[in-house]
Order: sequence, then structure tokens, then C-alpha cells
Amino acid sequence: MSAATTSVPPGTGGPAPGRARRARRVLPGFGLTLGYTLFYLSIIVLVPLSALLFKTFSLTWEQFWTAVTAPRVLASYRLTFGASLIAALVNLVFGLLIAWVLVRYTFPGKKIVDALVDLPFALPTAVAGISLTALLAGNGWLGRYLEPMGIQLAFKPAGVVIALIFIGLPFVVRTVQPVLEDSEKELEEAATSLGATRLQIFWKVILPSITPALMTGFAMAFARAIGEYGSVIFIAGNMPMVSEITPLIIIGKLEQYDYAGATAVAVVMLVISFALLLVINALQAWQRRHAGAPA
Amino acid sequence: MSSPVTTTPPAKRRAQAGTTEAPWVRWTLLTIAFAFLLLFLVLPLAAVFVEAFSKGIDAYLASLRDPDAWSAIKLTLITAVIAVPLNLVFGVAAAWAIAKYEFKGKAFLTTLVDLPFSVSPVVAGLMYVLVFGANGWFGPWLQAHDIKIIFAVPGIVLATVFVTFPFIARELIPLMQAQGNDEEQAAIVLGATGWQTFWHVTLPNIKWGLLYGVILCNARAMGEFGAVSVVSGHIRGQTNTIPLHVEILYNEYQSAAAFAAASLLALLALVTLVIKSVAEWQSEREQQAARDLPPERPTPH
Repeated sequence: MSAATTSVPPGTGGPAPGRARRARRVLPGFGLTLGYTLFYLSIIVLVPLSALLFKTFSLTWEQFWTAVTAPRVLASYRLTFGASLIAALVNLVFGLLIAWVLVRYTFPGKKIVDALVDLPFALPTAVAGISLTALLAGNGWLGRYLEPMGIQLAFKPAGVVIALIFIGLPFVVRTVQPVLEDSEKELEEAATSLGATRLQIFWKVILPSITPALMTGFAMAFARAIGEYGSVIFIAGNMPMVSEITPLIIIGKLEQYDYAGATAVAVVMLVISFALLLVINALQAWQRRHAGAPA
Repeated sequence: MSSPVTTTPPAKRRAQAGTTEAPWVRWTLLTIAFAFLLLFLVLPLAAVFVEAFSKGIDAYLASLRDPDAWSAIKLTLITAVIAVPLNLVFGVAAAWAIAKYEFKGKAFLTTLVDLPFSVSPVVAGLMYVLVFGANGWFGPWLQAHDIKIIFAVPGIVLATVFVTFPFIARELIPLMQAQGNDEEQAAIVLGATGWQTFWHVTLPNIKWGLLYGVILCNARAMGEFGAVSVVSGHIRGQTNTIPLHVEILYNEYQSAAAFAAASLLALLALVTLVIKSVAEWQSEREQQAARDLPPERPTPH
């Protein structure tokens, strides 16, 4: 945050503490906006969040442990994390490729393609879910060609991966794209004049400069995939032990009025989400330092 | 490579290759990118509309005229009309507090604002059940006063507010941080009130970012499935939003009707993308215009 502090008054020389304090007084509304922010944040986020934590504390350790390590729940962790990891890796590769094509090449309809990349952000997950299922089911546009070849994707764990690839696609593209746009061609020209091949330049000059952005996009896609529900449940088949994701376990427990069990599994997911959020924050801080350093 | 005659052409080729790839590499990369986008984005989108009209336009219109479909559409609109303005006011307030001032715990507050993005929608729904449900914190009190939140419209609105909570704030915070305080301070020094400064100085500067945040927030609010599904109770004609209506029809093997309802949401997504792109192009054009201004501005006449 110290970087933000110094960047606010750009031409003032050193960050004089007295001046900063006066600047704060010049603009009105600090108390009102911060007060409202904290009030609204508490009602919408913090109170419900603490309800979840308090409910967990009402369980004994053994109850909690039994609920979160039941074989069916463990199988769901494996599927959720495994499928999310594979999907995020696929998005890492193809997201970089799409960002590269959008930044470096010109082709007709580029603006439309660029806009279309955000479709997974805008298309409701349930719609994506039924549509992907319709495509990949045995009588679907793709499924009718794949199934005779012995490739069945719908109602299998592979279908979960497909849905999660769709959901996570924009993250890597949108984090890498601005960094590629800002990258200096002079460095590549210098490397060329020193005799590097294009492939060497990519590995040794371009890739290191976009690594923080790539990692950030990857972590975001992974985090999003872990919590995803709507697009997955239609295509997964939802067979216990095989193709049942963790959020569905929570829903199942809720439908049986097992609030304690649902809460226990939810807390596990929440802790993982928090950890990933911290990782993403650290990656973004790294990215900012990285972007600031060579300039 | 030894004779001087043959060394020049490869060197030249390599110099050209310094800033771009060989044509065949370019074509390969473009083809892979297009194939991937076609498979994962264009085909699913097209499938929605093709499936929706698979039984003809009359069946399409009939499935949308169904009373349950109508009430789902109405509930979706009501939810968005309440949730988006709430998060709009919050987003502007939070961005003003975080971007315009320095205070302790700012980084932590920013993380908290982002938090709903990383919570699974299903977990979000569960949290509200634990607060307002029959066995929840306020459950007995709500029951005594005959107020229904879970399995009713207020629960759906609350869950939607939660999942769309960060959209507008997140869009505005970096934008307002990048713009700094100089213009606002000048306005205040010249005697403007806080509100005047906001309306006439800040708002014109952030309008495209604000629009971008609002339409993304709206798309998510209308399309949210997981969180709403937990708190809704799936009462037909009463607590079904369009996404939940789609799910019910789909599970009843009424595929064409399910896709007809889904096509409304797909249309919403397309409109969202168009508005978003226009907002981006406009803000780029304005930034470009600002950059193109000569450093010393001409004297006004």
C-alpha cells in the first residue's frame, strides 16, 4: 500500500506527512463513505460469514472431522480440485495463446473476438451448463461424432473439466493481455540483434515478463473453478464417488436438513477460498512490483 | 554459413523475426486460437438459440408466455432492480473511501470487499440460511413476526446482493486511484461542495467504468444460480428466477422450453457484451483525446 500512498501526489516530491494529512481534509466525505462501506460490508458479508463460523463451533471436533472426511466427501474434493487444476492449466496455455493473438496479430473481426472472450463472465452459469451438455451428449452436435469414437464427455468427470474450462477462460486472457500490450518491443529487438532466435526470445524475454500475470490469471481461474456450481451440475452426471463436486455435497446435505454437515464442508471450502484469495493478492502485488521495476 | 554470400539472408530474416513470428507460426497460432474459441464459446452460444427454436417459433413463444415463465422473468427483474442499485451506492462509496484517502487497514478492507468473489455461491447461500433460516440466528424471531426471508423473495435478493457485491467497487477503485485527487481538490479549493465535486468532476471521469461495472453486476444478478438455488426453495410461480426455471424445465426433459428461457439470458449476455465493449472503446477514445492534447493548452478566446 505504500506504493499507492506515494503515487497519489505525483509531483510533490517527498511524501510529506503533513501535506498528506491536509489533503485528506480537503476532500469531504471520508467519514460518510467509509462508515457506509463498513456498515454495508458488515450486513452483507461479515454477519453471514460469522454465522457460518459460529455454526461450526457448535460442532465437536469429531463431528466436524467425520463430516469433512467421509469417503464420499473426500472423493468430491479429489474431483473438484483435480478438475479445477486441469481446467486452469488448459486455460493457462490457451489463455496465453488467445491473449498473444489478440495483442500481436491483426485479423478481421478482432474487436468481436476480443469482446467474445468475456462471454463466460456474462453468460449465466446454468445456461452454459445445459448448452455444453446438449453439445456433448450422445445426440449433440459434438457428442454424436465423439461417442462412436469411444469418447464420452457428458455425464463423466471429463464433462466437469469442460465446464470449468469455459468458466475460467477469460481470467488468464484478461490478466495477460494488458501486460503484453505494455511490454516493450525494444527488448525483443535488442535480443534479436544479439542473435537470439524467436523461440529463445519468447522463453527468456517475453515469458519472464508475463509470468506474474500468468500466475495471477491461473490462480483466479482455479479459485473460480473450485466454487463453481451452476455450469457443472448439468454436465457432471452427479454420481456419488465419481462425478459429484463438493458444492453439490453441501446442497445434498442441506436437502436432508443436515445443516451441521453442510456447514462443516462449507467451512473447508471457505478456508481454501481464503487461502487462494491471499495467494492471488500476493501474486498481484508481485505483478505490480514486477511492472514497476524495469520501467 | 561460412561464405559471406549466404550469411546475409539468414541474418536479415532473423532481424525481421525479432518482432514477429514466421507466417506459418502466425497462421498456426491463429488457427488454434480460433478453433478453441469456436469450440468453447461460439458453439455453446449458438446451441442455446438452435435448441430454443428446435420446436418452431410458436413453441418458443408459447413457452415464454407460460405463467411460470412470466413470474420467473418478473422475479429476476425485481431482484436485479433491488440488488444493482444497492451495490451501486456501495461501490461508489467504497471506491471514494478507498481511492481518495489513506488510512490504516486499507489493504485489508480492499480484500474484504473482494471476498464474495472467492466464496462459492453455494456457501454464500448456506450462510444466509444459517442467519435467516428456521433454525438460524434470527429464525425464531422472524417466525414470531411472520416474516419470511429464506425460501422467499427477500432471501433471493440478499443472496444476489452478496454474489454481486464487489462488481462495481472493484471496477471503480483502480480507476479512481489512477485518476488521483488533483481535480477534486481544485474543485473544492474553488468553492464547490462535496456533492458538486462528485457530480461535476468525479462522475464524468468515472462514467464509463461505472457503466461497465453496473452492466456486469446486472448480468450476474439476473443469471445467478448457485446461491439463489440454495435460498429459493424452488416454489413454482413464486420463488423461481429465470435460471431456476431453466433448471426445472431441463430436469423435466422439456428441453426446448428450457432453452427458450435460457435464450433470454443468452440474449442478456450478448447485450451486456455489446454495452461493455462500447463503454471500453469510448473510454479509450477519451483517454486518447486527453493524451493528444498539447502539453500547453491554447489560450481560450
